Formats: sequence, C-alpha cells, structure tokens
Amino acid sequence: MFNVKLKPHRSGSGGKLKCPTSKLFQIFYSCRTEVNKLETKYHQIWERDLTQINKYFLKIHHKAYILAAVLIQRWYRQYVARTEMRRRYTWHIFQSIEYSGEQAQIKLYNFLGYLMDNFTPSSNERNLISHIFRENEVCQDAEWERYFCYKNIEVPEIYSGPHLTFPLTVEQTVGLVEAFRNKKQLHSRYVLQLLLETWKRLRMLPNINRISTCQSKEITICGDLHGQLEDLLLIFYKNGMPSLEKPYVFNGDFVDRGRDSIEILLILFSFLLVYPSDVYLNRGNHEDHIVNLRYGFTKEVLTKYKMHGKRILKLLQKIFSWLPLATVIDQKVLVLHGGISDTTDLSVLARVDRHNVRKTTRAADSQTPPKRRHMSSAGVSIDSDMDEDVCSTNKLFQRRASLTYPKPLGTRDSFQNRSLQDFSDRLKANTEDELEIRRRRQSIFNSGINRLENNMSPSVSSDSVNSDNAKEEWRQILDLLWSDPMTQDGCMPNEVRGGGCYWGPDVTEDFLNRHNLQLIIRSHECKQDGYEFCHNRKVLTLFSASNYYDVGSNRGAYVKLGPDLVPYMIQYQASSMTRELTVRQSVGRTERSALKVLREQLFAHRSDLICAFKKFDSNNTGLVSLTDWASAVESVMRLGLPWRMLRYQLVTCKTSDGMIDYYDWTNQNTCKEVLQRPTCSLLETLYRHRSTLETIFRIVDTDNSGFITIEDFRQTWKLLSVYLKMEITDDAISDLAVTIDSNQDGSIDIDEFMEAFRLTDKKSRLERGRSMFMGTANDLTKLEGDPNI
Amino acid sequence: MAENKQSAEAIVSDVHKKIRAAFEAFDFESNNTVDAREISTIVYSLGCFPFQKDLHDFISQVEENHSGYVHLDKFLPAMTKVLMEHKFPPIPEDLLLQAFEVLDKEKKGYLEPEELTKYMTQEGEPFTQEEMDEMLTALADHEKNHIYYKDLISQLTIDPDM
Repeated sequence: MFNVKLKPHRSGSGGKLKCPTSKLFQIFYSCRTEVNKLETKYHQIWERDLTQINKYFLKIHHKAYILAAVLIQRWYRQYVARTEMRRRYTWHIFQSIEYSGEQAQIKLYNFLGYLMDNFTPSSNERNLISHIFRENEVCQDAEWERYFCYKNIEVPEIYSGPHLTFPLTVEQTVGLVEAFRNKKQLHSRYVLQLLLETWKRLRMLPNINRISTCQSKEITICGDLHGQLEDLLLIFYKNGMPSLEKPYVFNGDFVDRGRDSIEILLILFSFLLVYPSDVYLNRGNHEDHIVNLRYGFTKEVLTKYKMHGKRILKLLQKIFSWLPLATVIDQKVLVLHGGISDTTDLSVLARVDRHNVRKTTRAADSQTPPKRRHMSSAGVSIDSDMDEDVCSTNKLFQRRASLTYPKPLGTRDSFQNRSLQDFSDRLKANTEDELEIRRRRQSIFNSGINRLENNMSPSVSSDSVNSDNAKEEWRQILDLLWSDPMTQDGCMPNEVRGGGCYWGPDVTEDFLNRHNLQLIIRSHECKQDGYEFCHNRKVLTLFSASNYYDVGSNRGAYVKLGPDLVPYMIQYQASSMTRELTVRQSVGRTERSALKVLREQLFAHRSDLICAFKKFDSNNTGLVSLTDWASAVESVMRLGLPWRMLRYQLVTCKTSDGMIDYYDWTNQNTCKEVLQRPTCSLLETLYRHRSTLETIFRIVDTDNSGFITIEDFRQTWKLLSVYLKMEITDDAISDLAVTIDSNQDGSIDIDEFMEAFRLTDKKSRLERGRSMFMGTANDLTKLEGDPNI
Repeated sequence: MAENKQSAEAIVSDVHKKIRAAFEAFDFESNNTVDAREISTIVYSLGCFPFQKDLHDFISQVEENHSGYVHLDKFLPAMTKVLMEHKFPPIPEDLLLQAFEVLDKEKKGYLEPEELTKYMTQEGEPFTQEEMDEMLTALADHEKNHIYYKDLISQLTIDPDM
C-alpha cells in the first residue's frame, strides 16, 4: 500500500494546535492534497489498487466533511452567542440611560418642590420663582368657556386638513385616521372642540372601567404607543379599527418620545367619542404635563400649534387628570399601566377623586417604619412675609394634577425663611444622598428623609386623618402608574423610576386572591418581543411601540382576549427596513445607536472620569489596565454596564500591551463647544444637565416664544448650580450668558443654546430624530434613509 | 520567583473579573445566579469554542442540582479552569477557510444554501431548522443567495481577549 507522507500544516495563530479535532482535520485536509499530488506523479496505477485507494480516501474525505461541518458549526454557534451578548448589553445601555433620565426628572421635581415650600426668594429671585410656577395655574371652571372657546378661531380657506362637525361620526373618525396617515394636521379649532367633547365625556367615567366580553366579543388591548403613529396604524391595519364588534383598551403612555403624540391622542379620543362603550383608555405615567415638558410632547404641540398650542396643552392637562386609572374585564382581568403594590386596593381607588388628588398635606410623617416607602408632606407656607404672588402660586401648585411630583421634605412648624444662599447647605446634604440611589435596596426617600428629619421636630397636626387619606390616595395612584414587577418576593420602593414600587410574585398572588382576579395586564416597560409574562404567567407586560430604542430594537405587540380570557398575542414591527433582517442582525444597528448615546454620557462626565483614572495611575503614566479602566468608568457612570465587554466598541486607542491611554480616550468623545473652549468645565456640567436645563427653560418661557431673557437664564443657572452644589461665580455665568446671546439683544434662543451641545461626530438616528432620552432640542422629524445606517 | 507568582495571581484575578462581567450580564436579579440556559452564551462570549457535547457536560457540572440555575460560586472556579487551560480554543481563520473549502467540492469560491444546509443539518452536531434558517439569513448574500465564505470568515471572527 502507499505510504503517504503527511506534512502537517502549521496553524496561522503561531501556537500549538491544542484541539485534537482540529489536528485530525488538518491531517485529513492535507491528505487530500497529497493524493492529488500522487495522482499526478504516478499516473499509472493498478486498477485494483486504485479502487482500494479510492475507497480509503473516500472514507477520509467523508470524515473530512464531517470534521469540516463540525468546525463550522462550532464557529457559527459562537458567533450567534456573541451577538446575543451584544444584544443584551445594548438593551441594558438603553434601559439604564432611559431610567437614569427618569431619575433626573424626579430630582428636578424634588428641587422645584423644595424651592416652593421652603424658602422666601429675595427680590430678584422672587420673580423667577413665581415666573416658574405661574405657568401652572389651573383655571377655575367658570373661566373655562372663555379660555377654551374655539368658536372665534377661524379656519382659513387654504386649510387642506379634515373638517370636523360635532357630534362626531364614524366616517369622520375614519377620515381623521386617513388624514393623519397622509401627514395632514388637524386645525386647532377642531382640536379644541374635540378635546372639549372628550373632557366632557371623560368626566362621566368611573376611575375603574368595567367591561365585558359579552359572551362573544374579543377585546383588543394595546400597550405603550409613545407617539409612534406608524405602530397604531399598523395595529389598525392588522386588527381592524375600533367598532361595536371590536372593542379596544389602550393602556396609557400615548404620548412623548415619538413625533406624532397629538395625532395619536386625537385618534383615540375620536374613537372614544363615537364608540363610548367599546373604547377604553387607561392613564399612563406619561399622561402628565410635567413629564411631557421633558420628554417631548409639550414641544411637539407647541411646534405644531404655534398659536393655540398653549391652550391645547392646558386642556390636555385637565383631560389627562380625568383619564380612568384602570380597566377590569369580565371581573377577572385587570388592565392598568404600571402595576400594583402590596397596598393596592381597588375599592379605595374606585372612590378617589382622580382628577383632584392632592399631593401635599399638612403633617410630617416621621413615624413611618424604615422598610416602607416614605411619602412625607411638604409644609404649606403661611408666613405672612411672603408675597401675595408666591403664596397664591403655592396653593395653585398644590392643586396641580401632576402625579409625578413626590413631596419634598419639611413641616409647617419648622418652616423658616431662607434665601437662596442659606439653603444651599441643606441641599448639599440632600444631593449627596440622592447620588446613592442606584442600589435597588436603598430607598431614596428613606435616606433623605431620615437625614433631614433629624433636623426637624416632628409635628402633630389636627387634620392628620384627612392628610393620611390624601397621602394614601396619592400613593395608590402613583403605584398604579409607575410600578414594575420583580422576580423576588416582597415590595420595595422603585427608586430607579422615582415613583411607585417593585412588586413580587407573592404580592401578585395575594392581590389576585383578594380581588378575585386571575390576570394582570400592564405595560410601562419595553420588551424585546413586545410582550412578556412573569409571576407564573399571572402578569403580562405588553408594549406596543416597536423599534422603541432604535430601528430593529424590539417588536411591538397587542393582545386579544376572548370570553375564555386566554390572552392571545400578535407581534409586529413597523418600518420596512427591518423586514429582511432577523432580530439578531439588527443588533448591529441598534448597538451603534446605543453606543452613541453612551458616548454622550461619557463625555458629560469627562472630568470625573479623569479623576477616577488618576486614582488607578499612581505613577502618572497616563495609562491604565483594562480592568482598572472598567472599574473607574463604572464608579463614575454607575450604570451597571458590562464595561469590559463594551471595551471594543468604546476604546479604539489601545497600546500594544493592552493598556489604555485615558487622556486620549476621554478626548475622543467631545462636542464642538468644548473643542473651542477646552478648559471650560462649566460647559461640561451644562452638557450633563442639559435636559434638566431645557426643561426649566421651557417652564420659564411662559409665552412659549422659544426665548428667555438673559436675566432669567442667569437666575435659572444660579438656582441649578446651588442644587448641584457647584461653585459658580456670577462672572462665569454672565460671561456664558453673554456669549450665548450672540446677537446681544438680551434674549437667548433656547434651541440654539441646546444645539451647541451636539456631539461633533456623525449624528445618530437618536440625535437627529426623536429626542428620547436626552430631551434635547432636536426637531422631531423622522429621518428617512439615514445614510449612517 | 516572587514576581512570577505575582503576575500569575494577577492573571487569575483578571480572568475572574472577565468571567464575572460576562456572568453579570445575565444575572438579572443581582443575586449571582443565572438561568442554566444562558450558560452556553456566556461560555461562548468568553472566547471559547466548545463542542455541544462539551457544553452539556460543563453545564451539568455547574448547574445547581437540576434546578435550572447556576450560581457564580460554582461557575467561577469551573470557568476559570476552562480559560486557564485553554480547553476550548478558538478556531484559527485559515482552518475555518479550509473547512469551507472542503465542503465547496467544486471549488466555486462560494456555497449554495442547499449545500451548506445538507452538511449543517445532517453531519457533526446538527443544526435545528431554526438555527439553519437563521444562519442562511445571516450569511447568504442578498442578491444571489450564495455564501461567500472567504469574506465572512474575516468579518465574523472574534478578536481574542487573552
């Protein structure tokens, strides 16, 4: 027989081949080439031998195929797993940043609330504060007709959108959907009219809708839509529009983030009016005008309705407060936006005055045990020194229906007059605590309150009973709209969101038993497949905004419930771009967006990062190891992300021995403002808090002109800097203000100001398109054919 | 000698950190436990290329009494051993190329989906239909539906960490 000499291949990696299979494969592979060589050399081969040889080599070949297949399979499975890992942490990035945005929002409320209740502004500050809060006046009912009168609004000839006559008909409603699909805008006259009718209708509804499948009908339930009209249209296309035969429940969060929030509202309200027994709306945590200021809805309305936008928003404020809180189907299935807590009681909720729930009460709650959530009261200022203006705005502020405003701390008895300078000490203590809120087990309210309560004497109030009730009501509603399920048993405050709680499977079990229910359907959290069961399939999360974080990030879903009350899910994904890609493949695109967002965050914390790196670099080499880099970054950013894994995407400058040049790295992520003024750390701070800043600006800009005065800017920044316990000289602020007011006319264009903080490198879809997390002053036009993708 | 020992310790500590980072990505409740079904993803993402059989053996080794969960206490030492001993080394690019060439009998430079499907679903550690569909969508060229393996290998191969 032939003796075939084998020359094993040397592998390209330069190391020893450790895997025996690989070695074997090498041998077989080289066999093949040897045979070819031999055949050429010895063209004369006896037939008998040839058959034998062929048989032998066929076997080898076959083995080679198997081994080849095995290698490829292994390789491919590894690739798939890595992609899955990337998808996970991309998701994680978006969620962390989304929730930290919500936290920042809550901090802002804390700050505003503290201002409201605990200090007397000096004369120049007074104007700003009352300025801030005058915006929140709630009109007395008697003034309504005058204020919201649409009758003298004329619709011009050239208006090409739909005309509405009331009472609304089904044809008009369908026509409205069609018009919006064709990018028409409804005239403000009709908007106001429609909203007024809606408000009248909503006032008649109970807090908890009770509906029935009537033995035969299937009820369709939709989750968060967040202004994504495309998804609503897709649902209508797949499932049909609401009708007598096709009842719908919409589970809150209709607005914010997407660009067609007002259109979605108008559609939903129209259907509510024409099919009052077949369309049900639940309130979400975004149906709240303070949240809207930050997350884009306010801006959308003011942009689309320049003249009457403010009135529309006021009317919507009322409408939101009148939205029902939950829906019960066949007395067995509860549908609500957020979730429940261990104290949720439907009979209590059925009785509250949902549009008028007060957050502020008169007594401090210093006796609450540490484990439970604290909702202490804010003092009502009765100091006679206070200005009429501020006093009245105080009261109005309390009656404002925003549910996201957690009460700050203080009691009536211990109220003291303070000016801006004095309370900065107090705030310092506050903010230090607030920076600790990342850990799930700590309660932001607990630590803050414990500290401050030590400085105050507990008060006993005669109307503590009333106040307890009011507190309880408010807390119950907050739980409904903000809570999230968790896998562990128990119930704890939801400090990631800043409102509501985390509730466990035992709480679900108990709640369902007590109320004789079998299933909870809720929304509030984005899920990759559009829905997700938990708590032994007793809780279903439903999310209807597909591609929420970015194109391809997730599917949306809606649920159909027939008389058997078994939920049946339908998933979908808007946008033609994603149809050809599997979910895994769209990871790359989503990942890029997530990383862009993350880089913005990293930029915003440059100075802190450099400080952290220096701690690991005692020899001042400017280099840190990967491990140290990851630790440093996490200690500053506190997002709980797998930094080591993200390293490949975030760090493009590496030295040969695996060390990272951190100065170089932090310089990678810069925005053009800083490039022009490299030493300005003030700008960095501004950048970090630009979302909060923008929110405050918009509150201050009461006539929605898009401009605020230099003086207001100065005051705003000063207040914020105290809150952030920063050292800012008046000169520094003035300098900045003057620079930003480029045409020196004494006013600052808010949009222009925010525009300055865009990062210089290629704009991502997130930046140019929707303002999802940052609430930056980007226009809300969706981009088609983004060359970046 | 002392120096060597130090650097060995440093290496192990580094490995531990790596393993922890990957583990934590799936530890949703922050209680150092992950679902056993995620273990394969974690092992792969740490740069290992195990056979399915090896993976199953490994999982049964670290799983907590058939509970379906794996605790970090068991996972960390087992995985450290795997990484330190290079038990499941990566497949070198050129070897992968040869593997594809073996399957590409006619030496066309690409594979037809049917060819690849036949091998992937019938030989070795076969793919499920779902895995196969996913692979074809991921790897096949959109116009001609061919799998141009040469380009794919360089695009999809990992950048090793250790």
